[in-house]
Amino acid sequence: MRLEVNHLNFSYTDKEILQDLSFEVKDGEFVSILGPSGCGKSTLLNVLAGILKADSGQIRIDGSPVGGGCGQFAYMPQNDLLFPWKTILDNVCLYGEIHHQKEKMKDAARAQMARFGLEGCEDKYPSELSGGMRQRAAFLRTTLCEAGIYLLDEPFGALDVITRSDMQDWLRTLCDDMKKTTLLVTHDTDEAIYLSDRILIFGAAGEGIRQEISVTEKNRTREWLYEQGGLRARIHRIIKEK
Amino acid sequence: MKKKQIAKAAPALVILGLLFFWELAVQIAEIPLYVLPAPSDMFRTFGKELPTLLSHGGVTVMEALAGMGISFFLGILIGILIDAMPVFRKCIYPILVVTQTVPVIVLAPIFIIYMGFGYAPKILTVVLMCFFPIVVSFSDGLGEMDQGYLNLVKTYGGSRLQVYRIVKIPAAMISLISGLKVAATYSISGAVVGEWIASQSGLGYYLIRAKNAYMLDKVFACVLMIILLSLMMNGLVKLFGYAVMPDRRHR
Repeated sequence: MRLEVNHLNFSYTDKEILQDLSFEVKDGEFVSILGPSGCGKSTLLNVLAGILKADSGQIRIDGSPVGGGCGQFAYMPQNDLLFPWKTILDNVCLYGEIHHQKEKMKDAARAQMARFGLEGCEDKYPSELSGGMRQRAAFLRTTLCEAGIYLLDEPFGALDVITRSDMQDWLRTLCDDMKKTTLLVTHDTDEAIYLSDRILIFGAAGEGIRQEISVTEKNRTREWLYEQGGLRARIHRIIKEK
Repeated sequence: MKKKQIAKAAPALVILGLLFFWELAVQIAEIPLYVLPAPSDMFRTFGKELPTLLSHGGVTVMEALAGMGISFFLGILIGILIDAMPVFRKCIYPILVVTQTVPVIVLAPIFIIYMGFGYAPKILTVVLMCFFPIVVSFSDGLGEMDQGYLNLVKTYGGSRLQVYRIVKIPAAMISLISGLKVAATYSISGAVVGEWIASQSGLGYYLIRAKNAYMLDKVFACVLMIILLSLMMNGLVKLFGYAVMPDRRHR
């Protein structure tokens, strides 16, 4: 699915957070958004997910205008937000429960458990799982949403460095398989370089996209990532520009 | 390991110690039975009076359970309305607080004037004592939910009703159980207060008759029964908590 954002505006208590923001994400493309704190990265995802309402502007999917929260976006917030009182299987089938197709979704979820490294965890509660496993469960819940576009808001922000890099490797393989249109918000430059086809660098609040960088390398490995010092420095310079 | 065992046995040891000093004080000072019975007298009377206490206790428990049941359903309903409608909260909250400022011992005779000598005024006394902790804890639990969970359900297309069914009510269960535990402890006392004013049966009725006859060993045996029944009600709420929150068993 192709996503187009045209002239989007959003303000909060008279402060312009998103001002005349326009960009496009191609079908199956993985785009990351980097930028300083408060620049409107998460706000953009919240508007797309329908949590916040834009003041003006247009969102289009495959050319057709849609409203935020149209059901085409699968949103994954920073915290895993697994319900502590539900088992992992019930948690990942949340979308099915809301849309009265829980049993059908349970079959789909069971089939995906091994792929997400959650085999045998169906009847466990979130408190029994490690941070990485909880994030994988949250991601499985996102993928079961029957939505065409993933919105990932710092999904690994709360994890330790080792788990985080493991999860990045895992997500990279999964995204290569699924070829879903994905918009990732992150503070981690390495994460953006490693996972994305394109990186949008936001300026301060209301400034919008300062620059975009395409990452063309197909065979990405950790070794390749370590050698991207130049790209990393370039991104940092753009972010810190006044 | 030894420290753990001591910590586990400490509450029972403290109670046993207190009973021992109580017994010792009564024996040494030769305090008469109509002033203060010794624990041994209390337990002996408790054993002897057990069938009578159980029979009166059954009536009290029935009133307490009926009052708790009404309080539970009212508490859930009003709690949801308080959370869903801020205007309702503003209107009803001061009234709820006022109901708790008037002593139950004052209200109980008024209930009897209006409702007669049957079970109704006793049950209403229990409701008056139990309703407040339930509604306050439940509505607070509903309001304390992390906004992230609510947003998640909304982005998945969940309706307002589903937000309550899937997120808010299950999340408020811990608070509700806390309120129910307090209410359960009050419920037996509430029923006893109602019976104390006017009744033909129940522990309150037994208590007032024993007191009027200066049979303090029976009064203390009855108090022991009230304590045991209150603990039983508390235990029932704990069991209810485990039933509705299976995840708590895994923590």
